Amino acid sequence: MSVRLAWRKGLNGVMLTLTGVAAFAVVSVLFLILGYLIYNGGKSLNWNFFTKLPTPVGETGGGMANAIVGSLKLLLLAAVMGLPVGLMAGVYLAEFSGKTLSFIVRYTTDLLNGVPSIVIGIFAYSLAVLPVKHFSTLAGGVALGIMVIPITVRSTEEFLRSVPNSLREGAMALGASKWKTIATVILPAASGGILTGMLLALARVAGETAPLLFTAFSNRYWSPGWTQPIASLPVMIYTYAIAPYDDWHRQAWAAGLVLLGLVLLANLGCRLALSRSGIARSS
Amino acid sequence: MASAAQGKIEMTLAPHARTNDSSAAASSTSAVRFEIANLNFYYGPKQAVFSLNLKIPVNRVTALIGPSGCGKSTFLRTLNRMNETIRNTRVEGSILLDGQSILGMDVVNLRRRVGMVFQRPNPFPKSIYENVAYGLRINGYKGNLSEHVEKSLRRAALWEEVKDHLHKSAFALSGGQQQRLCIARALAVDPEVLLLDEPCSALDPVTTAKIEELMFQLKDSCTMTIVTHNMQQAARASDFTAFMLDGKLIEHNETSKLFTTPHDPRTEAYITGRFG
Repeated sequence: MSVRLAWRKGLNGVMLTLTGVAAFAVVSVLFLILGYLIYNGGKSLNWNFFTKLPTPVGETGGGMANAIVGSLKLLLLAAVMGLPVGLMAGVYLAEFSGKTLSFIVRYTTDLLNGVPSIVIGIFAYSLAVLPVKHFSTLAGGVALGIMVIPITVRSTEEFLRSVPNSLREGAMALGASKWKTIATVILPAASGGILTGMLLALARVAGETAPLLFTAFSNRYWSPGWTQPIASLPVMIYTYAIAPYDDWHRQAWAAGLVLLGLVLLANLGCRLALSRSGIARSS
Repeated sequence: MASAAQGKIEMTLAPHARTNDSSAAASSTSAVRFEIANLNFYYGPKQAVFSLNLKIPVNRVTALIGPSGCGKSTFLRTLNRMNETIRNTRVEGSILLDGQSILGMDVVNLRRRVGMVFQRPNPFPKSIYENVAYGLRINGYKGNLSEHVEKSLRRAALWEEVKDHLHKSAFALSGGQQQRLCIARALAVDPEVLLLDEPCSALDPVTTAKIEELMFQLKDSCTMTIVTHNMQQAARASDFTAFMLDGKLIEHNETSKLFTTPHDPRTEAYITGRFG
């Protein structure tokens, strides 16, 4: 009996250790990346990085101002093209569709979400680059916009479904039509979650490199308008990291840190705005 | 009266005649708001309400009692066509509101005239003010919104408690206040009828008493139909009571009579607590 007890206690200890180590490994990987990024990137991060254009090979210094603006422009395009479609499809899935149709749409959305980003890049390439025969900001925006859609659809659907049905009934019992119920009660009730989901979708594509390589391409200079190749932080990181110059390696680390910083900043800003509106509602 | 009593005894054979008779007693004192004739309701292939006949008198409280799953909520929700929001439902028979069939009526117009309060308070995630103003806004009300919101909150006996923080979230209110807010919200569009689906089942006795008091005050201007599991509540707060079992209306009479001298043995068994 005591052997049995010792075995059980031992097994318990082993499993506790195993799962604990795994959990610790997960956390430490993230902090290792963060620490390494801050350590390496912080050293070469200075004001010039945000204000200057890249310097020619051999010259040290310079910055990635064009890539920062480029990433923001690409994200803006992705947001304009992807978020409205994703939002509306999510509303359709959660509020309007029947069983069979919603299964098809949901399944397709999941498949689209699983399409490798490089394949989406090829698609955007054939759609927006080949016809005009040059790389453009617009093509990059199309690629990222497509990637934004499935994530937005699913998060919008999730958050709409989490709104209690009693609110729908309450609004309908007052004579609101289905659409009015959605627009005036259900969407506002789920707005916090939906906005967070949208932001996560944008944050996710902000770091995409592959689909930009042959759509937005890159640019060592400013890219005015929307029809020329444009630099972006992920592509710059890629280009600079594989180059054989130490100065470029340092710049790549700095770009990585800035990219992460932008994502974090957007996340914090969104949460702050949400909590503000939450306070406004309850005060 | 004697004929009414006889009618009730043969309820399974001639439900139509029976309810007509019993409501005739009711309508001797007041006009009829809802006249339901031969109503059948189906969830897909499953029938939930069986050839139900009932007259709901104007500016009176009619209570619907019966064990869980007997179809009282389902029946209540046919009166403002809320069941239409559920897929694969079907309604047969006639429901007249002031002599006009509701089944062909514009549903928005119908629900403005027939308000509803649900089992659990369901305020919108908006301010107290916006909750009450909601029905007015979506119906394109052009008059003085604030005045109307105040009037509705007063009618729901909530004004004194919330007048200093109208723009606070409705979620900051207690459960009983939330339920009265939902009543105010329903009253804001001046409905002729208020359907109450177990409005007190999530509330404590003190708050329940407040809601019943409120129903008593509202009787001047509003016809009310309340579904309740609480027999004492039906006895206290209603003028007429209808007892339902397995989707059928078993007995309908003035509340005092139904509770003191039930004609059907099943009604008697239910109100004395022998089942349900």
